[in-house]
Amino acid sequence: MNEYEAVIGLEVHVELSTARKIFCFCEIRENPEPNEQTCEVCTSLPGTLPVMNRDVVTSAVKAGLAVNGQINHFSRMDRKNYFYPDLPKAYQISQSQMPIVTGGHVDIETKDGARRIELTRIHLEEDAGKLIHLEGQGTLVDCNRCGVPLIEIVSEPDLRSADEAVQFLKKLRAILIYTGVTRARMQEGEMRCDVNVSVRKKGDATLGTRSEMKNLNSFAFVAKAIESEFKRQTELLEAGAEIIQETRRFDDKTGQSYAMRTKEDADDYRYFPDPDLVPIHLTAKEIDALAREIPELPDARKARYIKDYGISAYDAERLTEEMAIADYFERAAEHTGSAKTVANLLISDLPNLQKDRPLPDPLKLAAVADLQANGQINSSTTKKVLIALLESDIDPVAYVQAENLLQINDVDALRPYVDKVLTARANVADDYRSGKTKAMQSLIGMVMRETAGRANPVLIQALLEARLAEPDDKA
Amino acid sequence: MIADFRHMTIRAQAAGLSAKDFTSEELTGHYLSVINDSDPEIGAYITVTGEEALAAARKNDERRAKGQTASLLDGVPGALKDNICTRGIRTTCASKMLEHFVPPYSATIADRLNEAGMVLLGKTNMDEFAMGQTSETSYFGPTKNPVDLTRVPGGSSGGSAAAVASGQAAFAIGSDTGGSILQPSAFCGVTGLRPSYGLVSRQGIVAFASSLDQAGPITQDVRDNALVLSVLAGRDPRDTTSLAVSADYTEDLEKGVKGLTFGLPAEFFGDGLQPSIRKAILDTADKLVSLGATLKEVHLPSLKLALPAYVLISSAEASSNLARFDGIHYGFRPADTTTLEDIYIKSRSEGFGPEVKRRIMLGTFALSSGYYDAYYRKAQLVRTLLAEEFKRAFESVSVLLAPVAPVTAWPLGQGITDPVQLYLNDIYTVPIGLAGLPALSLPVGRDESGLPIGMQLIGSRFTEPLLYRAGIAVEEVRS
Ligand SMILES: [Zn+2]
Repeated sequence: MNEYEAVIGLEVHVELSTARKIFCFCEIRENPEPNEQTCEVCTSLPGTLPVMNRDVVTSAVKAGLAVNGQINHFSRMDRKNYFYPDLPKAYQISQSQMPIVTGGHVDIETKDGARRIELTRIHLEEDAGKLIHLEGQGTLVDCNRCGVPLIEIVSEPDLRSADEAVQFLKKLRAILIYTGVTRARMQEGEMRCDVNVSVRKKGDATLGTRSEMKNLNSFAFVAKAIESEFKRQTELLEAGAEIIQETRRFDDKTGQSYAMRTKEDADDYRYFPDPDLVPIHLTAKEIDALAREIPELPDARKARYIKDYGISAYDAERLTEEMAIADYFERAAEHTGSAKTVANLLISDLPNLQKDRPLPDPLKLAAVADLQANGQINSSTTKKVLIALLESDIDPVAYVQAENLLQINDVDALRPYVDKVLTARANVADDYRSGKTKAMQSLIGMVMRETAGRANPVLIQALLEARLAEPDDKA
Repeated sequence: MIADFRHMTIRAQAAGLSAKDFTSEELTGHYLSVINDSDPEIGAYITVTGEEALAAARKNDERRAKGQTASLLDGVPGALKDNICTRGIRTTCASKMLEHFVPPYSATIADRLNEAGMVLLGKTNMDEFAMGQTSETSYFGPTKNPVDLTRVPGGSSGGSAAAVASGQAAFAIGSDTGGSILQPSAFCGVTGLRPSYGLVSRQGIVAFASSLDQAGPITQDVRDNALVLSVLAGRDPRDTTSLAVSADYTEDLEKGVKGLTFGLPAEFFGDGLQPSIRKAILDTADKLVSLGATLKEVHLPSLKLALPAYVLISSAEASSNLARFDGIHYGFRPADTTTLEDIYIKSRSEGFGPEVKRRIMLGTFALSSGYYDAYYRKAQLVRTLLAEEFKRAFESVSVLLAPVAPVTAWPLGQGITDPVQLYLNDIYTVPIGLAGLPALSLPVGRDESGLPIGMQLIGSRFTEPLLYRAGIAVEEVRS
């Protein structure tokens, strides 16, 4: 399998978080009753006309600027014609020939280093409704989502692995959230992805025949879908079989994809310019004004964290993935002498301890970081303090004092504990002396327990090593 | 009380209402009784809203009694073509598909007329989804020409033109895609305006071909027409193709034509034009010269390409606009459907008439992958070319003067067997829609069979005031 590589392109649909729909005045609210969030325009009753929501245009332009795309001064809405019950006009208003944004790129960190993924375009379109299948009672249509504004971001086939695809999606999502144009909540379907995969021999310049899997709404599904499709196509090629250009449905339960339809019976969408909507015109002045509204983006923050806080590129990437986490980190970092410790706590410790609880007060996390960085608490105590912080919002400094958790850094105070363990567990000491170096960890753990977890583990090890290097008392 | 309202203008009705010679309720009652007497034969209306009309008239009278009037239209009874949505009143587009469709909203122009105090008598008959030249494709049966009941009233706004011509409404609103106001106005001997594209909101008018559709007034004379257009026109935030260029069209009507140059486009007077129509128009032109106007021959060499371009563009847009009538959300759906595809096929096969299906198929084909460039794109090029040729013509003339149709109203049932021949009758009106221009159709005499002859005044975009001014002069020399 080594000689094959996957060539992957993504089409990412992102819901813009405007107050109103793209072509009517319906507000977009959380969890409306079925068809509550509709009017005659978005249910496409006869005679109604779409009116472009300027906020949608603004958001799309900002998205384009945030990924370094070229904003087109003129773009146009087209009709994509097809019949389906969730599409009451029987055409989707989209952009085909003249999208609002051309080009652009997203830089990602992969296991093998930094890569730049080029974008083809970003275009505007409206979402369709939702079908609700009732057992034995037929199918109902909910038009709440009809006319919800979307942008579709199309990448070049620049991605080579599931990991790269996921890193790309994470980065794209972060950029768009930072820009403030979307919330991109995956579980709400606010970011969905169509994946195109083809396989070729490494070093080949031409592309293989691709298949497409539509509507994947989690990073894990994207990764699984790519991996299983890569495997399927590679096996076909190995067997000398032909790959058919087709749309496949990825089943997230089985992790397998199934053929849906081939290119031959694909819809002819009969795109043509929508005569109901005038072209979108954007002046250089308008675009410049929007460019000034773009906030600091993940890459800029990442560079700043590396420079100002001495954090590794990998950690800085993790911290900036979610804007809420990055904002939180910065608040905590302002109040600590060790931003690096804050970063470690945020990346390594908190995610395992947090469960569904909200992050603690950043100032308190800063205090925990200081306690640890100053050697006042060791890492096992840090976990204890973090749990208490998450559970009961304690004051970390007061807590470690009240609970007597301060690390014992006094060698003289530690020596009796070391002696006690070496005496009581002479057999383990003998193991170490006879060359079983692993026994050291057991001995450290035993001393730790004796001190109720408060001992400085580095000092214990030093003491133990010194004592065990002495000539055997018994000898 | 005046005995015969039948051919009383809107202005005379407004004056009578103002002088308390009669009430809006009396006027409305009169029109309803005319409708009751004549419409079973003429078929101008699909739906008559008698009760609502009388109630609205009474309200108008009460308001007027308090000294309040909304406009010159206040209390005057009119009618709307049945593709103009009216809140709570069924809007059928003369199709089985929408036989029972009651919109929960009104078209912007219906709202404007309502605010101006118009009393709505009902919804007028038309070709199904405005596709036709005769009003014979209506699911509810044809409209007949009030001038000669054996003949067609023209189409697709045949019901609106017939209602005005037969005194069944003081005025009516039609819609024009490729001549649907101009031609029935000519056939019935009334005055109809196809406004410049973008002057009148399309919001709430069931679309046939979005880039061509415009609603406009059909009236007894030019001054009435200007009065109604003043209510209809104006930018509508709900139709982004509408523009803020409206005016009070009742001003400057009497300025005359002295010093104006009228263009006679040679291609409109070629073979196939009925001689009596040619004569009536050229006679009228000569009379305008006597009022101080000049005549000039101009050329529109691409006129012959207009019809195929029109058929392609209008059918392409129609195929998309009418796709929503799929039996899922509203409209006709037969009872015996099983699968989703079955719903689509049966609803659309049984819900649409043959002319509508013909155009949907034609338009679907024209937009298909592999044919788009050869048909739709080429048709758009022709459209640009035509607009350029008109523009060049208007560099040397103010208004073009031309026949509306090559023939006068033909007998009912004649064209149904040969759609291509039928389409050819649109040759003089389709270029106007393609170029987005305004045109005023008005009667200039009768042919040897006593049938009305229509002439059209075509202007450059948004020159409706000029067309009305010229139209008044034509009315003067005509009588
Ligand atoms: Zn809506």
